[in-house]
Amino acid sequence: MVAITGTLSGAFRRPTSYEGVWGWITTVDHKRIGILYGVTALIFFLIAGAEAVMMRIQLAGPDQGVVSPEVYSQLFTMHGLSMIFLAIMPLSAAFFNFMIPLMIGARDVAFPRLNALSYWIFLGGGILLNSGWFLGGSPNAGWFAYSPLTDDIFNPGRGLDFYTVGLLVLGTATMAAGFNFLVTIINMRAPGMTLMRMPVFVWMTLITSFLIILAFPIITVALLELMFDRTFGTTFFVPLTGGDPVLWQHLFWVFGHPEVYILILPAMGIVSEILPTFSRKPLFGYPVVVLSGVVIGFMGWGVWSHHMFTVGLGPVANAAFAVSTMAIAIPTGAKIFNWIATLWQGSIHLSAALLFAVGFIAMFIIGGLSGVMHASPPSDAQQQDTYFIVAHLHYVLFGGSIFALFAGAYYWWPKITGRKLSEGLGKLHFWLTFIGFNLTFFPMHFLGMDGMPRRVYTYESGMGWDLWNGVATAGSIIIAVSVLVFIHNVFRTRRKGEIAGNDPWDGRTLEWSISSPPPHYNFEQIPVVHSRDAYWEEKHPNENAGHGEPVPVAGGANGHEGEHGSEVAPAGTVAENAGGGHGAIHMPGLSYYPIMVALGLIIVGYGTIFHDTFTWAVAAVGAAISIVGVYAWSFEPASEEPESGGH
Amino acid sequence: MHEQAPLAAHHVVAEDTTTGLNHRKMLMWLFLGSDCLFFAALISTYLIYRGQSLVGPFPEDVFSIPVTSVSTFALLMSSMSMVLAYSAINRGDMKAFRIWLLSTCMLGATFLGFQVFEFYDFSEHGLTPRTNLFGTTFFVLTGFHGAHVTVGVIWLLSIFGYSLIGGKKAERILTDREALSVDLAALYWHFVDIVWIVIFAVVYLIGVGVT
Repeated sequence: MVAITGTLSGAFRRPTSYEGVWGWITTVDHKRIGILYGVTALIFFLIAGAEAVMMRIQLAGPDQGVVSPEVYSQLFTMHGLSMIFLAIMPLSAAFFNFMIPLMIGARDVAFPRLNALSYWIFLGGGILLNSGWFLGGSPNAGWFAYSPLTDDIFNPGRGLDFYTVGLLVLGTATMAAGFNFLVTIINMRAPGMTLMRMPVFVWMTLITSFLIILAFPIITVALLELMFDRTFGTTFFVPLTGGDPVLWQHLFWVFGHPEVYILILPAMGIVSEILPTFSRKPLFGYPVVVLSGVVIGFMGWGVWSHHMFTVGLGPVANAAFAVSTMAIAIPTGAKIFNWIATLWQGSIHLSAALLFAVGFIAMFIIGGLSGVMHASPPSDAQQQDTYFIVAHLHYVLFGGSIFALFAGAYYWWPKITGRKLSEGLGKLHFWLTFIGFNLTFFPMHFLGMDGMPRRVYTYESGMGWDLWNGVATAGSIIIAVSVLVFIHNVFRTRRKGEIAGNDPWDGRTLEWSISSPPPHYNFEQIPVVHSRDAYWEEKHPNENAGHGEPVPVAGGANGHEGEHGSEVAPAGTVAENAGGGHGAIHMPGLSYYPIMVALGLIIVGYGTIFHDTFTWAVAAVGAAISIVGVYAWSFEPASEEPESGGH
Repeated sequence: MHEQAPLAAHHVVAEDTTTGLNHRKMLMWLFLGSDCLFFAALISTYLIYRGQSLVGPFPEDVFSIPVTSVSTFALLMSSMSMVLAYSAINRGDMKAFRIWLLSTCMLGATFLGFQVFEFYDFSEHGLTPRTNLFGTTFFVLTGFHGAHVTVGVIWLLSIFGYSLIGGKKAERILTDREALSVDLAALYWHFVDIVWIVIFAVVYLIGVGVT
């Protein structure tokens, strides 16, 4: 890459300032992009949460008319889409971005500009999807958008066009990020960091990224086919011409079930970092936890038809998918036992992060058990399309993913911002969330067993559903309050949070060896890794007899370099420059082109949604912007030569 | 692993990776793996709907195996000229490189020309994407393949144009193996060819045998 120095494009002078808004717009720094991901996803999380509260208010009592059936359908669809694609996945991506390079001892991701592109497309796609509320209707056919409900005859508005184009755009961003993290993790590990020395969070990110790049092409095809049906009059899913709505279900769930693991594996990775830290013990059964994740990644491809037990695929298919679905509980259960064994006899520090992590284990077990219940087709026939399923999926996605993401927020906040979130408010946040969550979703098991259907905007009195619906709505208000407590904690911490220092939790992995927040270049010298839990081994060399030699992890700012200079010297040469001091560290340059390419793509998206002559012309303009951006990008060197543009 | 990394590493930054494989080359392989799933889903759709059209025209009414064999031959030959172009650039032979690269583009464009003709011819026979499931699945599958070929032709033409107007600097970049400028495009090009072999077999050759 150094070889491609000059640039053909003279369109822009390359940005050089890290200050102000333009410093953020042109940034390629994985830490800044991680923060952008986190803040943006948190805003979408609040929007999606508000949609949920509106639904709960509508359902608080029987026969209410707070929102119309039309609006209600859009609310549950947008709530699901936003929580999955705009909140949980990008919140995971925020941690991937900020933490993966730090945990593997790298200075950035493999493709910093591609990383920026992922973020900007995600932001644009999120805005595009949400703008449906103001531009002719939001998607209203559920997040899985079953055909033929999505046919333009039965669903004539713009809502489903926002669905197809919005998810196609967001999928581009996700896949780009997936490629980026795969190459980063496979190819940018610090010397000595073998695969089986990687932190579990890195492992789970690796598996998640593989799932992303293999699952998203399939939903891309399904969405393109649906888009062509609606836009160009093809007949993929039109029963009148012989088209098969069940094909949509297959394509959707072949993507959709790996997607479930895309949502939960990062959460499992976060928890696997937090439990050892706050138990002051190594993770119990590291190889088993890692291999369970790998096995889940493989088996996740063989269970999709359990979403379709009531379609009528026949007893053989149903039996096969029932068995594979039950079997996937085994690696999941193995992880849970390992987490519990990690806590066992540890010297527990019951921080807010650990509370959320332990809450994750408990809630995920409940969600897992109800999942095994509807892995059985006869049982599923009773539960399909009832609130029992709503309860199950919230126990794994909220009680699972969201709990773990909050745990990660409390755990890594000091590293990201330099200040600790208030532990007191954090514990209040946890207990409110825990109580509110269980009040909201546990009664849904009962509602489902009593036959209350999903996705129906109201219900009649006298069905026996009034009490538990009222309880669930009360619980949802408590969840809303708990989120407000978290936001208050965030703003309070900005002003007067306790200064964290490099290593507030006595951490185990490399990110705690550098200052908080980390310097632009992360590691002054690339660390050399001699064992799992590399930083812990450096701090406590005598506790592990198996690794007698000191582990020369170079602390960026803790002044240890001198102590083992001779050992560190070879590591220094592995960095881009043999020179040493950070003046010579060679960081990727800022760039305008990621946001330019993303902007063009979003314009193409809007042109496609409205698909008339004028908007096709608009789309052509957008395509031109993107193409110019791609060409300018490919002639722009990844980083300036030190003599011409260093910083 | 790089337990013993080379000193003065700044000239081989691209090589200095955990696996020794260049980042961008790994990215391209991963992308191609991902793209396999893309075409797998499209081809699956085609196969699931094979023989399900309620009205004609059906495959045997419109396919001309001899004509498509010619365009298939052109595309396969383009892979060979791509190999020759790659070999030339690795020898530093710019002249042969330009000739073979342009040949590759021309062969790719020939394939696309045949595809445009075929689409036009089929529509003359009354087959459009809206006619029946065969039209829907055929045009979308081969259309996305054609779009991939188009991107490849534009990519190769861009390299060709750069080699003409970029002067000494272009020559230096294109012949630098680390820069991978030709390598990545060639990988992509071969992949698109291989996908066509599958489509030709599954859609055309098997297609005419089924009513």
